[in-house]
Amino acid sequence: MVELLSNNPPGIWHWLILSTILFSIGLYGVLIRKSAVGVLMSAELMLNAAVLNFVVFNHFVKPFTIDGELMGIFIIAVAAAEAVVAMAIFVAIFKHKKSIDITHIETMKG
Amino acid sequence: MGILSWIVYIPFITAVFVVFTPAPKWYLIRWISTVGTGIHLILTAVLTWKYWQVASPDFSSMKTATLTKLYLVERFPWFESWGIDYYLGVDGISVSMIILTSIVIFTGVMASWHVKNRTKEFYVLLLVLVTGVFGVFVSFDIFLFFVFYELAVLPMYLLIGIWGTGPKEYSAMKLTIMLMAGSALILIGFLALYNGAGGQTFDLLELSKVDYPKSFQIWVFPLIFVGFGILGALYPFHTWSPDGHASAPTAVSMLHAGVLMKLGGYGALRMGIYVLPEGAKYWALFFMALTTINIIYGAFGAVMQKDLKYFTAYSSVSHCGFVLFGLVTLNLIGMKGAVIQMFSHGIMTALFFSLIGMVYGRTHTRIIDDMGGLAKIMPWFTTCFYVGGLASLGLPGLSGFVAESHVFLAGFFGNPWHDLGIMRFLTILATMSIVVTAVYVLRGLAKVFQGPIKNPEFAKLTDADITERISTGVLVFTMAAVGMLPWYLIDLIESSLMPFVNRLH
Amino acid sequence: MNEGFILSNAWLIPAIPLISFFLVGMFIRPASKQAAGLVATSAVFLSAACAYMLAWEYYQAFAPEYQSIVPWSIEWLRYQEFLSVSVGVLVDPTSILLMVVVTTVSSLVHLYSIGYMHGEEGYGRYFTYLNLFTFSMLGLVVAPNIMQMFVCWELVGASSFLLIGYYYDKPSAVSASKKAFIVTRFADLGFLLGILILGYFGYHVYGVLSDSSTSVLAEMNQYSSTAIQPFDFKFLNHPAVIAQFADQGSLLGGISMLTLAMVLIFAGAAGKSAMFPLHIWLPDAMEGPTPVSALIHAATMVVAGVYLVARLFPVYAASGSALLIVAYIGAFTCLFAAVIGCTQDDIKRVLAFSTLSQLGYMMLSLGVATMAHPLGYTASLFHLFTHAFFKALLFLGAGSVIHAVHSNEIWDMGGLKRKMPVTHITFLIATIAIAGIPPFAGFFSKDEILAAALGNHHQIIFGIGLLVAGLTPFYMFRIYFVTFWGPHRTEGAEHAHESPPVMLLPLAILAVLAVIAGFVPMASFVHIGEPLGHHGINWAIAIPAILVALTGIGVAWFLYAGNQDRVSKLVQNLGVVYRVIKDKFYIDEVYLFITHNFIFKYISRPIAWFDRNVVDGSMNLTGWATRMSGWILSHMQTGQVQTYAAWYALSTIVVFGLLAVTLQ
Repeated sequence: MVELLSNNPPGIWHWLILSTILFSIGLYGVLIRKSAVGVLMSAELMLNAAVLNFVVFNHFVKPFTIDGELMGIFIIAVAAAEAVVAMAIFVAIFKHKKSIDITHIETMKG
Repeated sequence: MGILSWIVYIPFITAVFVVFTPAPKWYLIRWISTVGTGIHLILTAVLTWKYWQVASPDFSSMKTATLTKLYLVERFPWFESWGIDYYLGVDGISVSMIILTSIVIFTGVMASWHVKNRTKEFYVLLLVLVTGVFGVFVSFDIFLFFVFYELAVLPMYLLIGIWGTGPKEYSAMKLTIMLMAGSALILIGFLALYNGAGGQTFDLLELSKVDYPKSFQIWVFPLIFVGFGILGALYPFHTWSPDGHASAPTAVSMLHAGVLMKLGGYGALRMGIYVLPEGAKYWALFFMALTTINIIYGAFGAVMQKDLKYFTAYSSVSHCGFVLFGLVTLNLIGMKGAVIQMFSHGIMTALFFSLIGMVYGRTHTRIIDDMGGLAKIMPWFTTCFYVGGLASLGLPGLSGFVAESHVFLAGFFGNPWHDLGIMRFLTILATMSIVVTAVYVLRGLAKVFQGPIKNPEFAKLTDADITERISTGVLVFTMAAVGMLPWYLIDLIESSLMPFVNRLH
Repeated sequence: MNEGFILSNAWLIPAIPLISFFLVGMFIRPASKQAAGLVATSAVFLSAACAYMLAWEYYQAFAPEYQSIVPWSIEWLRYQEFLSVSVGVLVDPTSILLMVVVTTVSSLVHLYSIGYMHGEEGYGRYFTYLNLFTFSMLGLVVAPNIMQMFVCWELVGASSFLLIGYYYDKPSAVSASKKAFIVTRFADLGFLLGILILGYFGYHVYGVLSDSSTSVLAEMNQYSSTAIQPFDFKFLNHPAVIAQFADQGSLLGGISMLTLAMVLIFAGAAGKSAMFPLHIWLPDAMEGPTPVSALIHAATMVVAGVYLVARLFPVYAASGSALLIVAYIGAFTCLFAAVIGCTQDDIKRVLAFSTLSQLGYMMLSLGVATMAHPLGYTASLFHLFTHAFFKALLFLGAGSVIHAVHSNEIWDMGGLKRKMPVTHITFLIATIAIAGIPPFAGFFSKDEILAAALGNHHQIIFGIGLLVAGLTPFYMFRIYFVTFWGPHRTEGAEHAHESPPVMLLPLAILAVLAVIAGFVPMASFVHIGEPLGHHGINWAIAIPAILVALTGIGVAWFLYAGNQDRVSKLVQNLGVVYRVIKDKFYIDEVYLFITHNFIFKYISRPIAWFDRNVVDGSMNLTGWATRMSGWILSHMQTGQVQTYAAWYALSTIVVFGLLAVTLQ
């Protein structure tokens, strides 16, 4: 993979690998972090990886349109709204439990 | 609506009437049910007459037929795109089973005269259940068949779970789950038949014309046979039956042992052997061995039972073994014997369960050892019990002998595809049951009815009242009629069985 | 052929008791007990009249070639084409003989019962059963095919069961009735299997014959109202069919199919006729009312086995070894029962063992006959005929005594000679008849049996027969002396009264028959194969037999007529042997051991257990396993969203990985 990146001029592959790394870090964070805020931040990373993909594909596949950019802006907006809702929930949980450690939230247990 | 639709829906219409009767008027409810089933009985007589009119000219031509000929057909498209029709029709086997069911439900309603707990719901469920049973016997579209089949099996859960005795929830659950497992196998089998035929039609007669490859038949046949066999108490899937029968209320035991278990035999014959003759030939010897175990094992199992209902349930396992045994001999005599045994056992076991219910209603015990000397107090019940017992041990002149002699002869005559020696060996094993049956029937009845009166409390009890006399009398009469004049029943079913046999050749 | 009314309507003979059974059982019995008895009795008398008429018309119409005809029959059960069972009436000399015997004894027993059962609680029920029995027995006798015979065979078994258990609140009667039914049922299993074998081969032979030699079938169809069927006796007994049978294969050890079938059928016959080792039910059956013992367990039902073997005699003759088994089992039972009979104290049990012994005579007589020398066949049926009368008389006489003394024990009786003169005289006549003293009936038939045995060179069987001819008078005169002679031993005997005339009349009639029945020229009526001509008394055999009988009487007189010390001394000297004989060689105990300690304990109870625990257990195990797996899987439900997400991510990766692999 290193060869692929070093032998070619910067192009779509570089961007895609960047977004994959970003996504993986995000996924890792979502699965591992104990703090709800950490999970939220990691989720933001994954969203941003997706945004990056949209923009990159738009640029390399259909350079003269703006569909991808539009989608990116849309996602950023949704992510902001989502972050607000999530933070509100965390506050509510914190008020209730005095903690936002998500391992203690297990009301869905079977 | 033709007569067959009326046959199916009269119990349902009665149930609707019952639903709209105020619950406190339980006496009205049982009268409505009695009238409804009484009308049904009359209609069944009309049906038999009509069938005889239209079918008897064909009797001689059926000797070489390989396809079932249906009469009084009613057919409308139902789900056209999938090839599902509303398709009703009868042949002789269906008619004989309808007669059986009609008699059993009529007597069953009379035998539950004294149900006081949630009378309305009880009768509604009973009537819905029997609607399903009638539906099964007349549908010739396997999708419709399955719908009615499930309708017949499911109300059982509530009937046993609510009105039963003893560990009723356990029994109801066990019965329902085992029968559902059977249904699942049947459903797989049906879908396989549907797909194997190209997914065009659910029409049974069309499916039977399809030339399924042998390998296909070999894996589908056991699904269908075992699926129905579970309902027909095939060893080792019979264990729902003792618990279920013991816990069920009187009318439900009657209907279940008398009629529902017959759906098993009927389905195995109609859906298994008829549609998949090659599969039947492949598996016959295996199932014959299993049913031989049924016969012997049920009989020996009954010897040591202490509860009258368990006693009867094990004897049912043994007798239902004769039904399946007769079927898998794959010859005319055996299949005829199987159908006669279905009829005979239906009447006989309905009689047994109704009598047990009535006696239990008086003595409040079903434990054989706690009773004794009841003959002096209840001569009517004693007579009926003895007639039933003698029929069950195959006394000529009562229906059991007609069926059993057919089955034994069939096993002995064998068929061209299986080793005659093994079939005869199994038959001889099966014949042994007549001795064991005599042992348990006579021991059981002697303990209950003969000897000195065991419990002084019993001396105050009364003999049968009028509804009980009617219901048991009808059953005893039917049993004796079939035993003494068997040719009517034989004429009714014989020509319809010919295609089943001819297809095998 | 000039058929009379009864001959063409022979079905009336069994039908009259049947109709009466339904009428009495359903309508008359609830209304009036007395009427029930009267109607039932008159129905059987009517039937008897018809039987005599039939005999008369038949011998008028068919002399001297006594064809067997089936004047009436209808198809009853159709198994398949060319294999059906009809219900009909077979008329030939043998069936006429039996019809006459059955209706005569039955009507007299009905009459007697009016007196004997007077005041019993189940009076009406008793007569209903008695009618049922008479119908079934007549149906058995007239059966034109083996299936009808089996049907009626079972029905007589059932009515015997009902009548033995008549006193249903008495536990001993209940268990005796069960025992009778179950033991005969066990034997009937053999009968049924034999029928299956015969039916199978009969069907095949029928097919062969209808292809090759239709003339044979046409010949069989003569004198028959429905087409001949494989189950018909006429078919089975036909030489052409028997020849085909003999060709059928043999089993392991070289037993031919035919022999196997016939031995199995004989098992059925042995059960009904209480041959050793299936005899155990008959002595217990004496728990029934005494007239029932007279009718069913002495004169009629128990001879059904003999009748069955006689009916199938040509087939038996074709299988020599089956016939030999019949002969030896008969001879053994004859001796065995006579020995036990010498030691019993219950008057009815002695008579029961005597019945066993006489049935043994009939069986051995059939066994020694062959188609070439069929004297034994005639002798057997002759003995059946005479025995029916004197044994019924003995039982009815015993009933009269029991009625008076209210006890069955002979040692409770004594000195009844003067108290009950008519009973005494008739009982004496019957005793002499069974002892074989000329000119009473038993002498003639027993003489013929012995002649038949010696004539066919069965020396051992002849020896047994002669020995029993001495034992019979001994035990019979033993009970005669103890019952009627000597002092009154109990209060009951002291206050005994002669029975009412309605009971004495049948005794008198039977006594007359017991005297004259021996003079019937049986050989010219009933024979198989060529007519025998008139068979005179063979004095070379008769004189030793008479001497042996007189010895038996003498010994009985010496031991029992006077002082009882001789008996007790003898008993003491015999010691263990006496004990064993008196306890009937412990055969009952062996059976009891096998059924209770073996079948119930090691088969039935384990099966019940196995079903509850293993088979049902495995079903419950399935249910339990389902619940368990659900429970285990529920632990994956941690409630942690991160765990779910991890699973999700992992699965997605796996799915895409798989997709990638497959798409390449």
